[in-house]
Amino acid sequence: MTYKNPPTTPRKSATFDDYTLSEIRRAAATGIYDIRGGGAKRKLPHFDDLLFLGASISRYPLEGYRERCDTSVVLGSRHAKKPIELKIPITIAGMSFGSLSGPAKEALGRGATLAGTSTTTGDGGMTEEERGHSKTLVYQYLPSRYGMNPRDLRRADAIEVVVGQGAKPGGGGMLLGQKISDRVAEMRTLPKGIDQRSASRHPDWTGPDDLEIKILELREITDWEKPIYVKVGGARPYYDTALAVKAGADVVVVDGMQGGTAATQEVFIENVGQPTLACIRPAVQALQDLGMHRKVQLIVSGGIRNGADVAKALALGVDAVSIGTAALVALGDNDPRWEAEYNELGTTAGAYDDWHEGRDPAGITTQDPELMKRVDPVAAGRRLANYLKVMTLEAQTIARACGKNSLHNLEPEDLVALTIEAAAMAGVPLAGTNWIPGKNGF
Amino acid sequence: MPATSKATRDQSHARVFDLDVMSLRELNQALHNLTPGSNETAWEVLNPKGNHSVAVGVDQPVTIDVRGSVGYYCGGMNSGSTITVHGSAGPGVGENMMSGSIIIKGDASQYAGATGRGGLLVIEGNASSRCGISMKGIDIVVRGNIGHMSAFMAQSGNLVVLGDAGDALGDSIYEARLFVRGKVGSLGADCIAKEMRPEHLELLQGLLDRAGITGVKPTEFKRYGSARTLYNFNIDNADAY
Repeated sequence: MTYKNPPTTPRKSATFDDYTLSEIRRAAATGIYDIRGGGAKRKLPHFDDLLFLGASISRYPLEGYRERCDTSVVLGSRHAKKPIELKIPITIAGMSFGSLSGPAKEALGRGATLAGTSTTTGDGGMTEEERGHSKTLVYQYLPSRYGMNPRDLRRADAIEVVVGQGAKPGGGGMLLGQKISDRVAEMRTLPKGIDQRSASRHPDWTGPDDLEIKILELREITDWEKPIYVKVGGARPYYDTALAVKAGADVVVVDGMQGGTAATQEVFIENVGQPTLACIRPAVQALQDLGMHRKVQLIVSGGIRNGADVAKALALGVDAVSIGTAALVALGDNDPRWEAEYNELGTTAGAYDDWHEGRDPAGITTQDPELMKRVDPVAAGRRLANYLKVMTLEAQTIARACGKNSLHNLEPEDLVALTIEAAAMAGVPLAGTNWIPGKNGF
Repeated sequence: MPATSKATRDQSHARVFDLDVMSLRELNQALHNLTPGSNETAWEVLNPKGNHSVAVGVDQPVTIDVRGSVGYYCGGMNSGSTITVHGSAGPGVGENMMSGSIIIKGDASQYAGATGRGGLLVIEGNASSRCGISMKGIDIVVRGNIGHMSAFMAQSGNLVVLGDAGDALGDSIYEARLFVRGKVGSLGADCIAKEMRPEHLELLQGLLDRAGITGVKPTEFKRYGSARTLYNFNIDNADAY
């Protein structure tokens, strides 16, 4: 019997993993970078790395389902004559008509209204579908100014000046020609079928001093009625929050890198910006340092999925959260029922992120008349409302367990972290210790 | 006491707002309170002294004479009114104008007419950089020169310049038309000189007439617009960006 040397098991490189190799081959074959939506897909420190402590001898809980736990929030009380009051601290993030179909926008409005919260326009102007079906509608003021007009400004309930998005802080956008229907083209004042670029910075102001003057103009045009939000990507949350407050914002929106509804280069999504978890405490700290915490409201978005995420964000000092990707999933995005069609597109349900290409089998991120028929705005709106209500109940359950009669009474003291990274980012102790990395010189 | 009660009237029965006495808020609120068919069709603003957001969001066909220079965004989102600034204007004059007209007797700073969708903006002096940036249907006529990066990403409308244009004119331009009588420092990405056909001469003459400019012939201008090579992304054009 001859001895055969044992072979070594073939080993793939952790650096050049299968995905990396496939991307190199794809780039070599096509000569173009990969564009997608879906936000950062890499593993990041997130809310899963935090835990609530719950009640104990020194903290007594509220009775579940019996004792009241308030969920309402008022946004825009700093300067606006007409601040908005939401029943729940979960809002729908800005997504454009053009990027989304008309029925999908209508469904977002219906769902948000049923749940007592707001929805938001996007980089394509305000449509009748969403205005008509949204009790509370936030109108985005974006660098492209597509569809911008004073009538819509005045019939909005709040105005959101968009400086950046978490998926691409510092980046603009591109709506590909295949999604430019006659209606989208008309709203954007551009020819049908051509790629429509969304600028990365505003055309008529640069810097915080100009922003203050721009906000003044928007207030004057709308007679100081509307709350004015400033939305920033999760880049420099401490300074961006402070500067937005200085510029006069009523509400600051910070969008972390898991923010998923913006399409841009894969390399941009995965390598620019900070995780949502890392953005919260610096933003809250900026408000506290300025004496403006709870006076200027803070909304955080990017990867919010359930009531635990909501409760954790609020415990860290946030006033409300915003959801985009999760709302699309509630409408029907990435549903396994369309698996065969996802396969035809070279992907699978749960991984589909080419929302910008307009071929969405779920009929949400498309302008194809046949595909968009798949979205029933009433039924999809109901699903979104159900989902929002479940998230709210989940957050209330946790808050009651922590002895809080309002979601906004949750506090960092209610939390511990499972990892050193999350402990440092959230500014809460590592579980089982009293160690907060970065505090007290350690 | 009503907020506008301190306004006076001059001998021509114009409503006079003195910004030394009254606030910007009172001025804009009074203009927004106008309703269709109002008899208060003539307004005069004294002592603007560089105030920002003078006469923004006006949506009635009134005339507003501003006696002095203004800061940022004068006439922003104007819809139908005729605003004359007897002085110079700061950044973003007439931004996102929908209709009506704005006349600047002096010079204008950056971003004049930015994203404007309609109406006419006339600048009797010079305009600074980024004049007509992202314009979406507005007509802009500048008697003097304009600065660099003007008509950047200009989508629609007409920009007429009797003097010179700075560098990178019309960078990434879409369907806007540019007419320049003097020199152009340089053209931006995808902006090219184009043939001046009879319909363009006619269009240009109409714009000059509306701006009250005489003694200048359309044939003295050159036309610039989009080569349309960047309308759909192509990796082989990457070095043009």
